[in-house]
Amino acid sequence: MSIYASLIWRELRRAWSTGGLALPLVFFLLVAILFPFAVGPDAKLLGRIAPGVIWAAALLAALLPVERLVSPDLESGVLDQLAVRGLPDSGVAAAKVAGHWLGFAPALLAATVIASGLLQLPGEGLAPLLLGLLIGTPGLAALGVATAALVAGLRGAGALAGLVMLPFAVPLLIFGATADQPGALKLLGAVSLLLVAGCPFVAGAAVRMGRS
Amino acid sequence: MSGLALRGVACLRGGRLLFEGLDLALAPGEAALVTGPNGVGKSSLIRIAAGLLAPAAGSVECEGARALMAEAPALDSELPLAAALNFWAGLDGRRDVVPDVLASLDLGPLAQVPVRMLSTGQRRRAALARVVASAAPIWLLDEPANGLDAASVALLEGLIAGHRAAGGIALVATHLPIALPDAREVRL
Repeated sequence: MSIYASLIWRELRRAWSTGGLALPLVFFLLVAILFPFAVGPDAKLLGRIAPGVIWAAALLAALLPVERLVSPDLESGVLDQLAVRGLPDSGVAAAKVAGHWLGFAPALLAATVIASGLLQLPGEGLAPLLLGLLIGTPGLAALGVATAALVAGLRGAGALAGLVMLPFAVPLLIFGATADQPGALKLLGAVSLLLVAGCPFVAGAAVRMGRS
Repeated sequence: MSGLALRGVACLRGGRLLFEGLDLALAPGEAALVTGPNGVGKSSLIRIAAGLLAPAAGSVECEGARALMAEAPALDSELPLAAALNFWAGLDGRRDVVPDVLASLDLGPLAQVPVRMLSTGQRRRAALARVVASAAPIWLLDEPANGLDAASVALLEGLIAGHRAAGGIALVATHLPIALPDAREVRL
């Protein structure tokens, strides 16, 4: 098994075994459930706002695991041990992005099917929403890892993570929530690709700076 | 041929100069013992030698793989000890040696115990097991005797002696006495 494959596998294993995945998903569903209570049982209105609500809920849910993505590995010395073995910090961050996405995205897509039912999303709206999430979540995962690396070791890291991460996630939100419009998916893909390509380097630089 | 050489190394931490002009060259079979009071820069020297910290001046040359034992054990706390070591041994391509290494450190009976249940001394020995299993020629040990009982310190001394006899290099920072015959002494 190659080094990066075992790093990705470790991320997946830790995400499931430490309960770091179940909590964001329950939170995601809870936010989706809150909306019908808040705006009333008007099926038409709910169906119209459903994609936006689901994307906002996905963004908030993606914030929850940020604290366990980098900080524990920094404290336990795992990142140092990987660096001593000559692995680039940005490569380790890329493996974390991949592992985080593989754990987070499939579960989120499954939960979205449930949430879309709760929000009375019209049947033909489900496919573009799922496609948008599939395209957008890699960017969200990359942003999560970069944020985690930036705030790792700081006091009040959780609150700070939201302030760092959410503004950068706004383009994903805009193009994701309007995925049924022409061209939106392409722009969503562009934003997601940019984040996936850039964030590992940001995270790697943050980890390196944290050492000195 | 492995080797570790520090030339004119200086260490600056938080605007304070901890040491400067440090020269140290270690050839296969050699060891150095870094001693000195708390806060003098022993751990920083180990981190500089490991390549984790850039020296403020001077250079570090290193031939061959390094294995670092720092304060944190870097073992996943929720995993059984053997599985946690297997992760690192797998990265180093040496998964098959883990049972033997565990036995050589008296950790054999603890192989299936989760890392979080281990005592301080057992955790230190587990971190040492990670270093031994890596088969790296250069060992960088930061306070390896912390939390170890007398028998375990003797075990540690034996392991370092065996490593040196096989042509390995050891750089050991400690404030506790560790017997390293013919070791270079670096007093910070």
